[in-house]
Amino acid sequence: MSSDASLELKPKLAPKTKLRLDPKTGKHILLYPEKGLLLNPTGAAILQKCTGEHSLEAIVALLAEEFQSDANTLRPEVLTFVQGLLDRGLLQAAP
Amino acid sequence: MTTEDRLYTLIAELTYLCPLRCVYCSNPTNLAAHPDRLSTADWLRVFKQAAELGALQLNLSGGEPLLRRDLEELVAGAHALDFYSNLITSGLPLTRPRLLKLKEAGLSSVQVSIQDSLPAEAERIAGRSSFEQKLEVARWVKELDLPLTLNVVLHRQNLGRIAEIIALAESLNVDRLELANTQYLAWALDNRAALLPSEAQLDSAREIAKAAKERLKGKIEVLFVLPDYYSTRPKACMSGWGKRYLLVTPDGLALPCHLAHTLPGLEFDNVQERSLDDIWHHSAAFAAFRGEAWMPEPCKSCDRRELDFGGCRCQAFHLTGNAAATDPACALSPQHGLITSARAAAQEAPLIPLGLRYREIRR
Repeated sequence: MSSDASLELKPKLAPKTKLRLDPKTGKHILLYPEKGLLLNPTGAAILQKCTGEHSLEAIVALLAEEFQSDANTLRPEVLTFVQGLLDRGLLQAAP
Repeated sequence: MTTEDRLYTLIAELTYLCPLRCVYCSNPTNLAAHPDRLSTADWLRVFKQAAELGALQLNLSGGEPLLRRDLEELVAGAHALDFYSNLITSGLPLTRPRLLKLKEAGLSSVQVSIQDSLPAEAERIAGRSSFEQKLEVARWVKELDLPLTLNVVLHRQNLGRIAEIIALAESLNVDRLELANTQYLAWALDNRAALLPSEAQLDSAREIAKAAKERLKGKIEVLFVLPDYYSTRPKACMSGWGKRYLLVTPDGLALPCHLAHTLPGLEFDNVQERSLDDIWHHSAAFAAFRGEAWMPEPCKSCDRRELDFGGCRCQAFHLTGNAAATDPACALSPQHGLITSARAAAQEAPLIPLGLRYREIRR
């Protein structure tokens, strides 16, 4: 079973992924076998923080600061995004 | 060519040589006409040109890419260009120390094929003893912390064991399981009568795969690729001709797909003579099936023409004799009967194995 994205969960990128800049579009792209997920600035900012060190709540706080935005507005969007990537095995829960 | 045509993936078919003789190999049946002609420096130049064109993914494929002695050097070159590199291998011949060297050179992931969950059946399809070695390689990949895809080509002779195949993938702790129904081209087209499943077989396998996909969500990415013989619309082959992929053959031809060099009337350029950028943007062969100008009816006025691009040009040619025909896998194709008759024959064919034509190199 995949993990459910609770706010204590510390997400980290799965070993099969590679996050890099796509020079053609200037956007970040998450590469994995045979595919790639082109990211918007928020998606890229979230994944750059998925190192296994930060909890989701901490990531939300960091994003709120970075984007000068409200944590309560960001929280549900971040949870949905992270859950989607957990389900696809692109993110994992750090121990 | 539109602004949407953007190279993402370079498929480097490093050699057509392979220790296996799989009866559904996707290499062309005249593979002896395309010997290894590119040096290490040639391949490294091709990688660089592909990266400059925008490619982010590199599939190191074949034949069997491990037969190239310079594979470590090629992987290191790909790593220096920041490619996501995927080694697509049979697992033969390989030792654990060599796999470690490939990892240290910067390899991103490994795809190992198995032919069946039953060793004897797997080896009958592969045409040689190989099963234990493949499992060993899969275990090494995991031990060395490399991402592992297990690829299994499905057909009427192994679809009944899909549950066992999935269980094997779980026991190997794979990251990704690609359950890909045979594409009936090249060697597989010659063996179609022995390989094409019945609808009942396929339906039952699809249900099992679907349940496994749900059960393994977040743990193993399970892909089940339907055969286009059992769908009503064709596949968006290669995501469109010359749109996302470029393939280079062992002798240096730059192609939009694995079998484009089997199509008549197209002259493909060699990477030893022209740059990838020039080929991608200006070669007549890459332009041939881009866009919609080439399309016949019913594609031309179809509302799915931007979704499936008329299907597979190679399938169109190898079944109808005309590479510019609508892919007969489409139910709207006037030649769809070529598919339905093959399908009808598959409902009745006995499950006793028919004779198989093994991949071989004729000199």
